[in-house]
Amino acid sequence: MKLSASFCLIVPGLVLLALAGRWMLGAGLPGQGGGDVDQHDLPPATVPAEVVAARISTVGSVPSHRPDGWQPKVDTGLRDATGASVEVSCTTCHATREPNRANGAAGVLPTKFHPGLIYAHGNLSCLSCHNADDYDTLRVADGGKVAFAQAQQLCAQCHGPQTRDYRHGSHGGMTGYWDTTKGERVRRTCTECHDPHAPAYPELTPIFPPRDAAARQQADRALTETLLPHHE
Amino acid sequence: MSKPPQTTAETSEGMTRRTALKALGATLGAAAFAQAIAPLTEWTADLSVDEYLQKHYRELSPVDMAMVLHRIEDQTKADTGVDVTVGDYRPQPGVKFGYALNLSICVGCRRCAKACHEENNHDRPSGNSYIRVLEMEKGSLDMAKGRVNYDGPVPAKNKFYMPVQCQQCDNPPCVSVCPVEATWKESDGIVVVDYNWCIGCRYCEAACPYHARRFNWKKPEVPAAEINPDQGYLSNRLRPQGVMEKCTFCLHRTRQGKLPACLEACPTGARVFGNLLDPESEIRWVLANKRVFVLKEDLGTRPSFFYFFDE
Repeated sequence: MKLSASFCLIVPGLVLLALAGRWMLGAGLPGQGGGDVDQHDLPPATVPAEVVAARISTVGSVPSHRPDGWQPKVDTGLRDATGASVEVSCTTCHATREPNRANGAAGVLPTKFHPGLIYAHGNLSCLSCHNADDYDTLRVADGGKVAFAQAQQLCAQCHGPQTRDYRHGSHGGMTGYWDTTKGERVRRTCTECHDPHAPAYPELTPIFPPRDAAARQQADRALTETLLPHHE
Repeated sequence: MSKPPQTTAETSEGMTRRTALKALGATLGAAAFAQAIAPLTEWTADLSVDEYLQKHYRELSPVDMAMVLHRIEDQTKADTGVDVTVGDYRPQPGVKFGYALNLSICVGCRRCAKACHEENNHDRPSGNSYIRVLEMEKGSLDMAKGRVNYDGPVPAKNKFYMPVQCQQCDNPPCVSVCPVEATWKESDGIVVVDYNWCIGCRYCEAACPYHARRFNWKKPEVPAAEINPDQGYLSNRLRPQGVMEKCTFCLHRTRQGKLPACLEACPTGARVFGNLLDPESEIRWVLANKRVFVLKEDLGTRPSFFYFFDE
């Protein structure tokens, strides 16, 4: 009697706990980078100008690995006499070339002039980010210029949660000093880790495989289970 | 003038009470002396006088400490030919370190483990590191089911990656089991080991529920060209054989205001480090705004290392 009474309490309790645990873990763990999928599908124009302005002002400039005037280079696909690839600034071509405002969605890129460029960044057009009036800079939604080295100010227009986390030092990493009274802290710009044209974070090859006793034991156990599948 | 004859009572006993007491005193004295010098029997040829004294008489004045540090620097120079600086970095007042790791972002690339290996002058042949990255099934936080020897590409489908290092517990089981007080917790939260005081019994290794301590089965081998010369007495100086070691949140860096090596190496920005006592710090923002947990909370170890998820 006593036993069954405690069972009546314990069993539903355990079931509830297990369900709650599953719900908590299930809701949290698959969350890797899932937050910005919807934002990619939004056309940039739906973000109101005052929201854009507010986001840019919240992220601001940061001390960057890249100097202020830093610009990306475009690989022309040509080789110089030494065999090195010839890279040029955007303005090398665009100073004399009318921008084609229709370019944008994947598949219609002028790959002849941008060899190797893979585009997978929603429905943005080139000029959503690039500045047709000054190809040495980027352009935000209100027409303002942003330096390439401070690209986070541009990305902030759409990527709210990432911007919030970046601003609070929990996205994008940093080097230097935690105590900024003692030295400078250098932040990475978004484009140092994400390819702006295909920003999904790439798969990596893990380095430095463990060689300690724990790793060896685990390998041995795995081998035993492979060789003796019914081993209990 | 002749002496008065001695009484028969004295001569027949052969000794006076005074003599007996003297003998007893001498015996006790000799025993006590033998006991006092017993540690000398451990004095082997490779142990210098200073090293010997440090091992048996603990309290050091600042001058003594400076001499100890110089001695270690000189010894390193003699052993390896490398000029190193060994500092005794003390906790800063008003600082308690906290570390948080974003499991939604970590991809398991193990660059943190490698950075630790290089920063902390770990043994090269065994590939030692204070960080072990576990590949975990989504939906489970069972450390025992984590795989350490996974290979790429990462992140694999339905897996997440949990780097585990010393959690710098506020209630550290490794400290309470140490029989010689060679490991203790400092005011900024770092649990440290004095390699010159550790006897290598490995109780702390067994007591740690996070598998965070490492034992030097042999003297760590680091090629001279790869030795990190910025060293701390309680952290990354070259360890002798037979002592325990552990993550110190890179105290030789962090107590000078710098970020730990594993954080700087992280390519995804999954790691957040800072002062828990500063309400404006990033770590406090994470604790206040993210879904945070500690590993094996039920054990009551009260870690200063936190794991969190994005929404």
